[in-house]
Amino acid sequence: MQADRERVNLPDSSTQLFHDDTKFALDRIAVFQYLSVGIFLFLICGFWVLQVRDHAANSEMAERNRIKTVPLLAPRGKILDRDGRVIVDNHSAYTVMLTRENLKSEHVQSIADGLNLDPDDLRIRLRRYESRPKYIPVMIKQELSPGELAFVESHRDPETFPEMELIQNQRRLYPHGGLAAHVIGYVGEISEQELNLPEFAKYSQGDVIGKFGLERQYNDTLIGIDGQRRVVVDSMGREREVLESKEATPGHNLQLTLDLDLQAVAELSMENRRGAVVALDPRSGEVLAMVSRPAFDPNAFAIRIRAQDWKELTSNPYNPLMNRAIQAQFAPGSTFKPIVALAGLESGSIDDHFSVHCGGGATFYGRYFKCWIKGAHGAVELHRGIVQSCDVYFYNVGNKTGIDSIAEYAQMAGLGKKTGVDLPGEAEGLVPSPKWKLRTQREKWYAGETISVAIGQGAVTVTPIQLASAIGGVASGGVWYRPHLVKGAAVPEPRRGNLHADNIAKVISGMYGVVNEGGTGASAAIPGLQLCGKTGSAQRASNALVKSGRVGREMKDNAWFVGFAPRENPEIVVAVLFENGEHGNLAAPIARDVIKAYFDKKTRLARPSQPQLALFQRPQVPN
Amino acid sequence: MARYRSLRDLDWTLLIIALIICSLGVLQIYSATHDTKWRNAWWKQIVWILIGLGIMWVATSIDYHTLLSQVPVLYAISIVALIATFAVGDVVFHSRRWITIFGFTFQTSEFEKIVIILMLARYLSELKREELGIRDLLKLGGLVGIPTALVMYQPDLGTGLTYLPILAAGVLMAGLRWRYLAAVAIACALILPVGWHFLKDYQRARLITFLDPSRDPRGAGYQVIQSKIAVGSGGMWGRGVTHGTQTQLRFLPVPHTDFIMSAFAEEHGFVGVVVVLGLYFLLLMQVVQNAQTASDRAGMYICTGVATLLLFHLLVNVGMAVGMMPVTGIPLPLMSSGGSSTFSVFMMLGLVNNVRLRRFGS
Repeated sequence: MQADRERVNLPDSSTQLFHDDTKFALDRIAVFQYLSVGIFLFLICGFWVLQVRDHAANSEMAERNRIKTVPLLAPRGKILDRDGRVIVDNHSAYTVMLTRENLKSEHVQSIADGLNLDPDDLRIRLRRYESRPKYIPVMIKQELSPGELAFVESHRDPETFPEMELIQNQRRLYPHGGLAAHVIGYVGEISEQELNLPEFAKYSQGDVIGKFGLERQYNDTLIGIDGQRRVVVDSMGREREVLESKEATPGHNLQLTLDLDLQAVAELSMENRRGAVVALDPRSGEVLAMVSRPAFDPNAFAIRIRAQDWKELTSNPYNPLMNRAIQAQFAPGSTFKPIVALAGLESGSIDDHFSVHCGGGATFYGRYFKCWIKGAHGAVELHRGIVQSCDVYFYNVGNKTGIDSIAEYAQMAGLGKKTGVDLPGEAEGLVPSPKWKLRTQREKWYAGETISVAIGQGAVTVTPIQLASAIGGVASGGVWYRPHLVKGAAVPEPRRGNLHADNIAKVISGMYGVVNEGGTGASAAIPGLQLCGKTGSAQRASNALVKSGRVGREMKDNAWFVGFAPRENPEIVVAVLFENGEHGNLAAPIARDVIKAYFDKKTRLARPSQPQLALFQRPQVPN
Repeated sequence: MARYRSLRDLDWTLLIIALIICSLGVLQIYSATHDTKWRNAWWKQIVWILIGLGIMWVATSIDYHTLLSQVPVLYAISIVALIATFAVGDVVFHSRRWITIFGFTFQTSEFEKIVIILMLARYLSELKREELGIRDLLKLGGLVGIPTALVMYQPDLGTGLTYLPILAAGVLMAGLRWRYLAAVAIACALILPVGWHFLKDYQRARLITFLDPSRDPRGAGYQVIQSKIAVGSGGMWGRGVTHGTQTQLRFLPVPHTDFIMSAFAEEHGFVGVVVVLGLYFLLLMQVVQNAQTASDRAGMYICTGVATLLLFHLLVNVGMAVGMMPVTGIPLPLMSSGGSSTFSVFMMLGLVNNVRLRRFGS
């Protein structure tokens, strides 16, 4: 600066002192010109590469920038009871998705925290999507709480977490307290394993499908067709223009044969007992009520069940996820006796005068078989045999009739094979026969085994729905309709057994006596109603288990009751299984309650002036 | 020394090319901002250009020899202004670059360019030897280094860097021994890693991103990627004014200032780009021609300084649009929206005219 200032003082003299021309620099200026030409060509090359050579790729990227595909999730169909009352509804919920094109891995932790998700869980989830095209977003949480919704709204700007995207969809809302939980089932996101099954071929990752019960059985009916919107968005994610909008098609509603009033009565009547109740209309096969206990709350599955809840459900020794009405296979005990009696009558091995003396037990093939009674029944013929459920009488009937005839009529009634009810996972039960034994155990049938089978023990097992269907069909004169849960479902022609009406009448007369003539099922009696039924208490452990001595004292007998009303042309048949209930007369009141509710409702509807009983309330949207 | 100067003697070719570029700039500013909060930017730019023409006239009228005689004063004022920017400057985007005087905001670093051009012209024209000595190099290094350091510390790396090519071009033009040139090159190579240490985090990120933009697409790399997509989607003929989706939907950042070339390329295509770059080339060659015809070394150094600065701006700004240069945030002369930049470019064009009008003088 000091030097500069000195020169300023004498500007004119200093400029005159040296030769001031610019010729020396002309070739240096030429160099500058060449440099300029080079730089311009360099820049033009840059534009050439992007605009001409890579134009198509860049255009595509520009399009992908601005066009976003937003799925419009279709609501599933509602599930209604036979009177059109809503059992399963939908409610609006917000779902947050992650777009993976601009997902930053360091955001995952914060996003998981904000949404109360497990960050590792989220990472695993994102990894699963890696093989799929990047423009497909990942659904990371459904049904946001108000707090989570606020988190998403306040953090989805371009500076924070632009990868978060919010969509509105419909979520399943199930009745509280697990009402009809096993029948209805639940929905959930399709799993990796399911995706590999042919049954689920048409679904893709992230789809919500029925996983259990009717939700699974009728998934194709209930599921809607998702729509989509293609929109132009700006860099802030704001929609500027809608290019295409394909509305979602909602799923079809499903009307059940279930009667919510009966269902509610059955649920209440079961209280917390383990077991199942099945009520059928034997005239059509329509299932009026179906309960299985212990139950679960389908709402807990809320698309994705928490790992902890799932563990609790699956580690529960009583397996709440089992639908006992169709999956519990137990020895029917004395409820099998009407079938044995029918087999005896039809095969001609006995008639209604056939009489046996019960002294509290009898010996067959070198083994002593006890009667359930501590004392003795004395002289017992068919009617008293059923009413008093005398084991000695039925040992003799079984012995005379033979296993082949018993199996024939049991199978005619639909035992030993699936009823074909429209629910997934039905069990078959078992009607043993010499052929069966030879096939499965490669052993000869022992005549002594027939004695056990004659009182519904031994290898014979049934499910509650089989028992209800079998007895209902017999009571209807030997016509068995396929049990079903959906109204108007295509049901095949009923099976008609070649049974004699007078033989059926004799058996039913006995079942009438069970309830109304001081028999074992007296606790089911309803004044003014011709309710017929049969109790049963069956050993829970198989004979093999008994022999091995591994049966604990807590393995009490299962209590059964199967009943129908009225005596002629029955309208309802109810089977009740009460696990470890010891005696069938403990199961009988449950059947009584359901049958009473059925006829009460019928009377009420005949007199419409009376107000409807509001046993069932519509589910409320959780807040 | 001829007293009479006619308007006829102005470099009309230069002026007309400049005004065509300015009009394209205004058009592009309008297109990029017509539905945003900056929708007034296009007519503001017209006002800046008109004021710029006035400033140009002033810069033309005052004999550049008079200006050169005042260089120490101008230099001192400019340094004070830069320091004042730290004290009272307005913070925009985490950096203090603007100073408000009488309601107008000025980017002091823009005007520093003029001072450096004049200062170099004066120093180099007064050299009595054919080549620069080591003392001259150190002196010039210091004189340019002080404002450069101040501007970089604002922090405004891009603008600070624009001062160095003026120095380099001036030194090379004046002549330098090969061993000094080698020494300077080695010194630069040594300073580079040290300079890295002084860079701000975002400046480092920008340089890293420049080398590999896909590494951080939402961060610093986002701008480069979006700019390249914008340029590329323009294709041969462009998508039309107000029809570039990258520009209109704001995927392209600051499409009316630093990334105006990307917006232009998207909407006018490769053909448009060739036309506008051709205009810039003609402009540059016109400035160079004035350097060749200058009546004295001082005039020549002024013109080469202006030419170098314009070329550097073009290289860095346009190169940034196509991802060939790092994002430094320096404007495109005559096109980018903004008063300070427009004024300083017109002031420089004024200086070039100043030299031209006096080419038969002295």
